Amino acid sequence: MNLLFRRKRISGALVVVPANERSFVADMKNFNFPEARSLKLKEVMGFDKRRVVEPGVCVSDLAVFGLEHLFERGWLKREEIDALIVVTQTPDYFVPGTCCVIHGRLGLKRDTLALNISQACTGFLIGLIQGFMLLDQESIRKVVLVNSDVLSRKVSPQDRNIYPLVGDGCAITVLERDTEDSVIHANVRVDGSRGDALTMPAGGMRLPSTPETAKLQDVGDGNLRAKDHLFMDGAAIFNFVQTEVPPMIEDLLKHAGASTDSVDYFLCHQPNRFMLEKLADKMNIPHAKMPNNVVEHFGNNSGVTIPTVMTFNLGERLLRENFRVCLAGFGAGLTWAGMLLNIGKFDFNTIIDYK
Amino acid sequence: MKSTAEILKEIRPEFDFSASNDFLADGMLDSFDMVTLVSALDKNYGISIQGTDIVPENFQNLQTIQALLRKSGAKI
Repeated sequence: MNLLFRRKRISGALVVVPANERSFVADMKNFNFPEARSLKLKEVMGFDKRRVVEPGVCVSDLAVFGLEHLFERGWLKREEIDALIVVTQTPDYFVPGTCCVIHGRLGLKRDTLALNISQACTGFLIGLIQGFMLLDQESIRKVVLVNSDVLSRKVSPQDRNIYPLVGDGCAITVLERDTEDSVIHANVRVDGSRGDALTMPAGGMRLPSTPETAKLQDVGDGNLRAKDHLFMDGAAIFNFVQTEVPPMIEDLLKHAGASTDSVDYFLCHQPNRFMLEKLADKMNIPHAKMPNNVVEHFGNNSGVTIPTVMTFNLGERLLRENFRVCLAGFGAGLTWAGMLLNIGKFDFNTIIDYK
Repeated sequence: MKSTAEILKEIRPEFDFSASNDFLADGMLDSFDMVTLVSALDKNYGISIQGTDIVPENFQNLQTIQALLRKSGAKI
């Protein structure tokens, strides 16, 4: 589905990552797998450092920390927030929604539209789409989009398929109306029939958590995992990304009348270095135009990866320069989406540690 | 330039790849080994094997890997 937005912009981005850093080399001792093979995998996939929360830290803790940081510096005012969108698959509670938890902890005004979206690696795009739609309302002048997950709390340390790549984090993105006549193109897709490729089988109402679902089971290839843990069929997800993402981006660019050469950067979700290099090769995009260095520094922090790759690689340049970028997210659902827009002249764009 | 057999031996030195006609069914390669192998083949032959070609049937044995290399533009 193609979507179009006019006179909307991102005006700032803050990424919060836990100060707690884990290393692949230290963690690989948990895997029932020869170290020499793990080291080869490290080199190819880019596994190295990951930022993960300490036990007990929740999405609202990261979001409140980040928003207080913005308030303290005057980069955002409490009373300016007309809409608060929280995108997460690891909420603090089933009830109330995490948007309400954050709203209450920060003492935000009652005249606020607060909503939750359950999305993972495509969540930044889905959140932007929702935020831009809200900005069509006269009474909504500023939208705060929070993307955050603490998935490290839901993966098995003995599952080599997913444990080495998962990181935690929170991105706070401010959306506003643009005074210039800007045009943003988006394309969003979903295939719910393939949802089992990336799932957390237990813990919801379909299969509530019990002592039985918490038991580690041998799931082959030396991996141990419980039904309470996140499961990823790595081969299926790899194939999904390579097959579905390039035509989606081609459709997006075609609809916008743009070429790949006209795009300064392709800022994609960051599953691992290998997958992104193959994606770039498939679309004949130079690797330098599709940064893939998030997983090695922070881990794959779900819906936070696109703001992270943007902020980590463009940094202060985004405060004074403009870039034409194509964003692309893909993952659980299965969902995938892209967006072509100009970004720049941000009020803030930085990464901070949560301590 | 190394041969494909030499590259396979570097990844899983404990196996004799010439003795198998189905590396995956015989437990000699798993999905992570396929990724390591593709990366090594790309570098060795100066190619980029397409992501959509990284499927088990292309890594079944030496013949299927050679066919994949030719399809990907390797001079072998």
